Amino acid sequence: MKEIHDFRIIERRQLGEQYFRLLLKHGGQMQPVAPGQFVEVLVEDEPRVMLRRPISVHDADAEAGTLSLLVQIVGNGTRRLATLAEGDSLNLVYPLGHGFTTAIPAGSKALLVGGGAGIAPLLHLAKTLHAGGVHCTVLLGGRTASLIPVQDDFRPFGDLLLATDDGSLGHHGIITTHPAFADTYDIIYTCGPTPMMKAVARSAAERGLRCEVSLENMMACGVGACLCCVTDTDQGHRCVCKDGPVFDISTMSKWYSNK
Amino acid sequence: MLAVNIHNLKLKNPVMTASGTFGYGEEFADFIDLNRLGGFVVKGTTGTHREGNPYPRMVETPSGMLNSVGLQNGGVEKFCKEVYPRIKHLDTNIIVNVSGSSIEEYCDVASQVDALDRIPAIELNISCPNVKHGGMGFGTQPGMAAEVVEAVRKVYHKTLIVKLSPNVTNIAEIAKAVEGAGADSVSLINTLLGMAIDIERRRPRMANVTGGLSGPAVKPVAVRMVWQVAHAVKIPVVGLGGICTAEDAIEFLMAGATAIEVGTANFIDPAVTVKIIDGLEAWCKAHGVSDINDIIGII
Ligand SMILES: Cc1cc2nc3c(=O)[nH]c(=O)nc-3n(C[C@H](O)[C@H](O)[C@H](O)COP(=O)(O)OP(=O)(O)OC[C@H]3O[C@@H](n4cnc5c(N)ncnc54)[C@H](O)[C@@H]3O)c2cc1C
Ligand SMILES: Cc1cc2nc3c(=O)[nH]c(=O)nc-3n(C[C@H](O)[C@H](O)[C@H](O)COP(=O)(O)O)c2cc1C
Ligand code: FES
Repeated sequence: MKEIHDFRIIERRQLGEQYFRLLLKHGGQMQPVAPGQFVEVLVEDEPRVMLRRPISVHDADAEAGTLSLLVQIVGNGTRRLATLAEGDSLNLVYPLGHGFTTAIPAGSKALLVGGGAGIAPLLHLAKTLHAGGVHCTVLLGGRTASLIPVQDDFRPFGDLLLATDDGSLGHHGIITTHPAFADTYDIIYTCGPTPMMKAVARSAAERGLRCEVSLENMMACGVGACLCCVTDTDQGHRCVCKDGPVFDISTMSKWYSNK
Repeated sequence: MLAVNIHNLKLKNPVMTASGTFGYGEEFADFIDLNRLGGFVVKGTTGTHREGNPYPRMVETPSGMLNSVGLQNGGVEKFCKEVYPRIKHLDTNIIVNVSGSSIEEYCDVASQVDALDRIPAIELNISCPNVKHGGMGFGTQPGMAAEVVEAVRKVYHKTLIVKLSPNVTNIAEIAKAVEGAGADSVSLINTLLGMAIDIERRRPRMANVTGGLSGPAVKPVAVRMVWQVAHAVKIPVVGLGGICTAEDAIEFLMAGATAIEVGTANFIDPAVTVKIIDGLEAWCKAHGVSDINDIIGII
């Protein structure tokens, strides 16, 4: 069930200039949150921001009643969120959307491809897959090393590979040129800039590999009521907030073919 | 204390939700008890399935937002067969927002909805600024507005609310025309036509270029228009545009609205409607108002 709830910020960490991470505590019985689901954050005391901002669940601990958000500062809303401190409260509508498929057989091989803020939902995913006995290869990329936050957090849950456009860390070149792509996987998951996700989807589709993409369309309501956030799918317009944000590429050929 | 009537429609309180901002109600069932609402207006419904405009369809602007959704909906048959059975048990007034691009289409939708027992009213959207060949034309000229209302009046037998476009120079004139054509009530305002440009990319922010402005930014315009229309017609007026709080709602009631609708505010706080209902009750108690009807149209 979805709820509107005031969480408390129990930890705030700055990760380079552009990113920060908030650890939030529910204080009561938190609703279950699946990998790939997101929250809608209320940005208070910033007159230029009215609508909530959608942010992926980076990590969640049902028992502790905590979840964390990894946020990139890009505009007025995220800049205001960056000024929040430990002890402050944060109003969320959650859990929202349809997440990644995690019910896959133990022993399967999964590739997780994240770029920029799209890295955020992959941690909760890697953790959950790892717990289910899935072998994860996590490939993270960015323009330069400082734009790939939180790499080390992934290490316990799979093989970590990195790529930077400028070669400052890991493979030199855009993420989709990484040799790891040549391997075969039971499933590929990706979240990041749209051109990157489309390239990953095309590469998976060409080889007949199963693949899920997590879209980040602009949203107003976040609950499927306003139809502002739609994406093209092979079945017509679908809401990213409700039918997604995660889509199986078998229904998205129109989307990924359109560069 | 809060009960009001819109023609034959009895509302337990004046608070309804605005079309296109509240889905089919179901999307908000986790957050509020839908039965507490005076009523809710479902998505714009057309004769056949529509895909709407391309993405991007929305952009936030100061104290408001622009949208160019463009009447995406599954069509009236799908509404009657799939959606209506899921929501008809609700103990509130479910109102269908009827849209179209021809008089025939409006009449087709209205007559199919007329047959649904648990839908006591329609809101005829003659004002949607989004669809190129649609609503805009009807709502902007008194003659055309009267013509579509007259035609729908012949096939629709329950409460007929006509939703007006604010993108006109004299809204009272349009209101009088639809009253004369048989409307039982008018609701206003629909969105104000607007536009936003991404100066870095040097292109419009929405694929459709223009879109409808809603939210607190439009409230003073809406209050003014409700006041003008309430003084021009005898039928009850439903007011909307930027309502976020009980105080905002009271402003519309005083300006002459018998009931109000909440739109964009649902996106910011999905439970805002029940807060407005509770707030109205608290305000009436605090101000010794025993019947909300006593403050309607006092300005
Ligand atoms: C389902 C979903 C999950 C997301 N998860 C995360 C996350 O975990 N971490 C994170 O940092 N960000 C995430 N985002 C993106 C985040 O919502 C936007 O960056 C944020 O809304 C920007 O708000 P702002 O007020 O700071 O920027 P604004 O002032 O609103 O905009 C600044 C710039 O960012 C662009 N922008 C705004 N919203 C989006 C968007 N949704 N997608 C792409 N560009 C946008 C604008 O066009 C503008 O150029 C997610 C988005 C979605 C839809
Ligand atoms: C995303 C969105 C979709 C809308 N769709 C419709 C619609 O289908 N039919 C209609 O008559 N009005 C539609 N409207 C207009 C609203 O019902 C309302 O008239 C307007 O938003 C002003 O109220 P507000 O400021 O409280 O949102 C829509 C508004 C928004 C924001
Ligand atoms: S954001 Fe409103 S439907 Fe997706």
